[in-house]
Amino acid sequence: MAIQLNLAAIAVAVQAAWKKTKPLLIRETVLLPLAGFLGVLLLWWLIATFKSDLMPTPVEALVANLDYLLNPFYRRGPGDLGIGWLLIASLRRVLLGFSLGALVAIPAGFLIGMSRPAMLAINPLIQIFKPVSPLAWLPIALAIFNLADPSAIFVIFITSLWPTVINTALGVSSVSQDYLDVARVLEMPRWRQIFKIILPASLPYIFTGLRISLGIAWLVIVAVEMLTGGIGIGFFLWDEWNRLNLSSVFLAILVIGLTGLVLDYAMSRIQALVTHRSVSQSML
Amino acid sequence: MTRRSSFASPAPVHPNSGYSDFLVVENLVKAYPRPDGSSSVVLDGVNLTIGEDEYISIIGHSGCGKSTLLKIVAGLDSATSGSVRLEGREIRKPGSERMMVFQHYSLLPWLTVRENIRLAVDEVLKTATRAEKISIVNEHLSMVNLMAAADKYPDEISGGMKQRVGIARALATRPKVLLMDEPFGALDALTRGKLQRQVLDIWESHRQAVMMITHDVDEALYMSDRIVMMTNGPAATIGEILEVPFPHPRHIQELRERPEYYELRNHALNFLDHHFTQDD
Repeated sequence: MAIQLNLAAIAVAVQAAWKKTKPLLIRETVLLPLAGFLGVLLLWWLIATFKSDLMPTPVEALVANLDYLLNPFYRRGPGDLGIGWLLIASLRRVLLGFSLGALVAIPAGFLIGMSRPAMLAINPLIQIFKPVSPLAWLPIALAIFNLADPSAIFVIFITSLWPTVINTALGVSSVSQDYLDVARVLEMPRWRQIFKIILPASLPYIFTGLRISLGIAWLVIVAVEMLTGGIGIGFFLWDEWNRLNLSSVFLAILVIGLTGLVLDYAMSRIQALVTHRSVSQSML
Repeated sequence: MTRRSSFASPAPVHPNSGYSDFLVVENLVKAYPRPDGSSSVVLDGVNLTIGEDEYISIIGHSGCGKSTLLKIVAGLDSATSGSVRLEGREIRKPGSERMMVFQHYSLLPWLTVRENIRLAVDEVLKTATRAEKISIVNEHLSMVNLMAAADKYPDEISGGMKQRVGIARALATRPKVLLMDEPFGALDALTRGKLQRQVLDIWESHRQAVMMITHDVDEALYMSDRIVMMTNGPAATIGEILEVPFPHPRHIQELRERPEYYELRNHALNFLDHHFTQDD
């Protein structure tokens, strides 16, 4: 009897504690974000209701996209693929171009960060090419490759270079003197310092660069595909607009946004795994 | 000003300060060039000899160049003129026979406690086998009571634990000289006392040459055989060397009961006060 009472008391206490913490948690992780989405949906609905010739209402858009949503991986013809396939095609271009870019950008960043002559030689190039829209490279890429797909990858490659080069160079040049002093009293040779001290110490910077690069690459691929055509989420978006099918444009925007979010999250997970340090989730 | 302490003569010269020419600092001058062509002198004519199992403290006000002196002995900085010799060989660059314990620990944050010590062992004891390296790392982990935290990362442990890792890392490479730059300076008072005891225990069982920089007269009296008191910068030099005649092993409570302790303490504090007011 006494035990039962005790258990009941504990249960009440636990419930009370839950009530104190849980509503706050739900409010911050569920209710407020939901309110934001609902607000935008409501706005969309209002506009679509009063200007029905301009855009479909959310429900109409959902019904129109039902086929895409239920069958993301259909193949109904050479150019008629489900939205899942289109997404994979775009992701393939981005990941290829981004990987090639990282392969060039990280060593280049090391060179700039470690050697002043290299910095003086390469920095002006970066400063001139960094502000150029990556799309401006498309004609040059098309002239070189004569094909849409390699050209798109090349543009992504260029896009991915600058943030990674700059952040890697910053990370390498700002490695704490304390760590370098440790290496020096241990009589570590220079090339071992690079791999044992400088690389791990600048990994957080390198990953910041990679995350920015990947984010911009995902922005740029949509625009590139609009210009080059072919299979991909960017061309799908432009094609649906040409067919005056605004419902699918909304769908494409949502898919692009969610994919970008997943890419950034994946990158932050890889960073946490590699650096053994928790990574701050950037809000913007 | 450079008289020897009067306390040194009556006390029995303790057996460990064999004044062999183990580490010799001779006429050391360190100056930095100024933009206008002149030079600012940080250290001006430092002469010091340290025995091979002697624990010495260097004390002085901030900016008196004591860290610079330690860095020159470590080889991380170079002297403008004069020389530093270890066992007769001139010191020009860093070397693993002179290992440093840093004020702010300087642990590598991407490595665990164990890996931090292992890195130093890997770099310095190149001829040791894998099994030997593992046992050296474990031996030093337990020497500083860190076995339980061996697989944690530096940002998961307290400041006192971090400095224990720093000390274990330095000792694991079996240096001939241990250089400590305010090793307890960033710790709270209670942790500091405990760690001083631990370091003294280790030193009392494995004596070796130690050069420790400190701000704290009590710490210097408790731990060291001689206290090197620096005059104020610029152009600082050794003002006085104070012998601490208490035999090892020492216990802080016993020291506090001895009148000589307070005489030495007042003497050192007076020296520091005098140099502080003189400069203002």
